[in-house]
Amino acid sequence: MSDHNAAVTRPARRKSLFIPRSISLTCGLIVLAIVVVVALFPGIFTHYDPTLTDPMSMLKAPSAAHWFGTDNYGRDIFARVIYGTRIDILIGVGCVIVPFIFGSLMGLFAGYYGGKVDAVIMRILDVFMAFPFLVMVIAIVAILGSGIRNMLIAMWVVGWKEYARLVRSEVLVARQSEYVQAAKTMGYSELRVILRHIMPNVISSAIIYGASDIVMCMGTAASLSYLGIGVKPPTPEWGAIINEGKAFIQTAWWITVIPGAVLAFVGWGFSMLGDGLSDLLRADGQ
Amino acid sequence: MEKLNYILKRILQMIPVFLIALILVFALVHLLPGDTALAVLGAKAKPEVIAAYRAKMGLDKPLIVQFWYYVKSLLRLDLGTSTQYNMPVLDLLLSRFQVTALLTLMATFFTVLIGLPLGYLAGAKKDRAADQGIRALALLGLSLPTFWVGLMLMLIFGVRLRWFSISGWGKTWQDHFRGLILPAVTQALFAASVIIRNVRNNVVDVRSADYVDYARSKGLPPGRIASMHILRNAMIPTVTLLSIRIISMLGGTVVVENIYSLQGMGALLVGAVEHRDYAVVQGTVLVFILLVLFINLVTDIIYSILDPRITLD
Repeated sequence: MSDHNAAVTRPARRKSLFIPRSISLTCGLIVLAIVVVVALFPGIFTHYDPTLTDPMSMLKAPSAAHWFGTDNYGRDIFARVIYGTRIDILIGVGCVIVPFIFGSLMGLFAGYYGGKVDAVIMRILDVFMAFPFLVMVIAIVAILGSGIRNMLIAMWVVGWKEYARLVRSEVLVARQSEYVQAAKTMGYSELRVILRHIMPNVISSAIIYGASDIVMCMGTAASLSYLGIGVKPPTPEWGAIINEGKAFIQTAWWITVIPGAVLAFVGWGFSMLGDGLSDLLRADGQ
Repeated sequence: MEKLNYILKRILQMIPVFLIALILVFALVHLLPGDTALAVLGAKAKPEVIAAYRAKMGLDKPLIVQFWYYVKSLLRLDLGTSTQYNMPVLDLLLSRFQVTALLTLMATFFTVLIGLPLGYLAGAKKDRAADQGIRALALLGLSLPTFWVGLMLMLIFGVRLRWFSISGWGKTWQDHFRGLILPAVTQALFAASVIIRNVRNNVVDVRSADYVDYARSKGLPPGRIASMHILRNAMIPTVTLLSIRIISMLGGTVVVENIYSLQGMGALLVGAVEHRDYAVVQGTVLVFILLVLFINLVTDIIYSILDPRITLD
């Protein structure tokens, strides 16, 4: 019956992540590709050791030998930024993935079950909303002690609430829809209805938020390292490099300026990716 | 009268949230590994000081009784003693509060000053060059890490150009304002970018609404349509977003005060974490929570003025 129609109106070309149509998505994917390659194979970009000190070349300005200059221990800043990529990306992704899963699940349960479950989860959210983000992260680090692991735990504890709110509000709409009613009528278990039927339809806003959340997490982690309560020197993390350069900002600007610019560039790429994804997913939804 | 009722109800709703937050703040020192008294007072504390603290906080009693002791001391405005400064935490907080409050107020002012006009312009000129440019700037503003922006502004405008003071808080009111401009702008750039994007999208939505067409067809002057019909309605969702940004900037003082050597509550908190000065950590976190609840209350009130349909359900 649809043979005739199909000949008249061709199906729209399938939108694929690999044939991006928007500028933001293209830029975002290029930055993502660069970052992934650098994080996986730092060795092909530099032959310097990021932690090797060299008293003969301390605080050298950027040159052909040291593209990003050297710090007060004579370490090559370019090598430190390159090797730091893996740490910063792992922190950014690691700090988003746990809240993404936990928060989305909480949002799914709160929205689907409603009533008491919803009330309890929402009250917990209210309490978390009463703390400014950084203040709560630092308070948790105060208990656990500083370092990468404890910093991640602190950001997990604080970070899930946005995902729960986003997913919950989508579930409240989706729960009324026909396909959910149909799935329930089929006698599927509640868990199956929630995870197989509702979840795929409500997760896109959480994914979009996740892309921008990676940027914010990398920024937060770098801020904490900058404050001296995140990643400890001599680990080459971008925020920690900036922290070490703080004392020399008047004489050796490159130690603070360049790693921050790199962080900004990567952040911009992920923001573009988030914007592009949101256009794509929204267009698909219509 | 109705408005007053609404405000009172909002305050009542905040009490359970505040109580649970208070329990978390109380739990902060009890989650520390080892002896609570030793953890709070430090290993160098004299035995009689430790004994007095144990008795005061009821450390040998059940947790619930200890919590009651804690609440009682809070009601007497006794927030404990800082081991780092050797003075009452309350006095310490009072001396630091002004800096943080003024910094956040100024940052909020700059956020609105930058965010509203640019957001409106972008929305009004949708897809034109102005819109494209403003959106690109806003995206950049979102990507720049705040602490790095702070360092760069200090380096460029403070150290190189010497346009602004970077010597911190200063003595007179003029000093205070001059010293706070760069930190406030640092905070405002990210928040303004969020506001720009939001206002732009709201303006785009509202401009195509029926009541705006109706206002045009009535022949109302464009300026009146822009202010009373478009901007007012476009701002309603922005108010909530702005309050979230203000709360976030309050947390951001932790970083920005550190960069500009301002002696506010944020810098106090970081110093207290470094020196394991837990009475100060507890006290500072508590004041931050009270500020957040206050901001939320003010937001609700503004919201109910902008949108009279809001009632408490």
